[in-house]
Amino acid sequence: MSMFRRHADTCVARFAADEVSVLRQVATEVIGLLTDGFDRDDPVVERLFPDVYGDDPTQAAEFRRYTEGDLKTAKIDQAGAILAALPATGGAVVRLDEEAAEAWLRALNDVRLALGIRLDVRDDTDLLEELDDAVMHDPTSARVRQLTMYQYLGVLQESLLDAIIASGR
Amino acid sequence: MGGMTAPQVAPIETPDIEEAPAADRPWVTIVWNDPVNLMSYVTWVFQKLFGYSKDRAEALMLDVHHKGKAIVSSGARERMEHDASRLHAYGLWATVDKQ
Repeated sequence: MSMFRRHADTCVARFAADEVSVLRQVATEVIGLLTDGFDRDDPVVERLFPDVYGDDPTQAAEFRRYTEGDLKTAKIDQAGAILAALPATGGAVVRLDEEAAEAWLRALNDVRLALGIRLDVRDDTDLLEELDDAVMHDPTSARVRQLTMYQYLGVLQESLLDAIIASGR
Repeated sequence: MGGMTAPQVAPIETPDIEEAPAADRPWVTIVWNDPVNLMSYVTWVFQKLFGYSKDRAEALMLDVHHKGKAIVSSGARERMEHDASRLHAYGLWATVDKQ
């Protein structure tokens, strides 16, 4: 499993071909949700674009009208930063400057939020237990694959955050 | 979170927040707990967006985690809407309310 490390002014990771493929896939899926597939009733969209006035739908809608476009663009751009740094196929060494590293960090968070909603991750969810159960049930299932991806992306995001913070030391 | 809620001009007597007319109460940005965001990430976002010290950011993050929510900034309504927007860009679940 690849991790980011600090190297001078950059955050660096070496990804195997299957990791590149997973990262491209999840970033592409998020961009899909934010563009042609945008659906206000999708729980993932609700989580990525929370109502700022939780108990006042009218004010929340008003606020959304002015801000949703910019937020959507920002999220598409940050997911795009993942795609921009990766080759179409095969493994790769990725070197991110500060701006790209922070875009990746936010994009990885969006991807994990989306996966977390799809997997119904809750505060008391034991991921290893979930994965064991899913493997017992069907080791080739989509749920096993998604749980594995979710865990991988969490470790990757944490390593990127550590690498970003290391610049300030 | 003393500094955050301190009024700009010292009042003659401590106002009772519950009794103050609605229009005089400050607006607040609230961050809600969610099961996905990494604790280290949430702390970092508070430091990054609000310039809080690591200790203060960590204390706020722990409030969110243990109490379900925390007030992360307070002030004029437009300012709070701006803060909530920035938090949404980082994937945190933020709302605006009156204190």
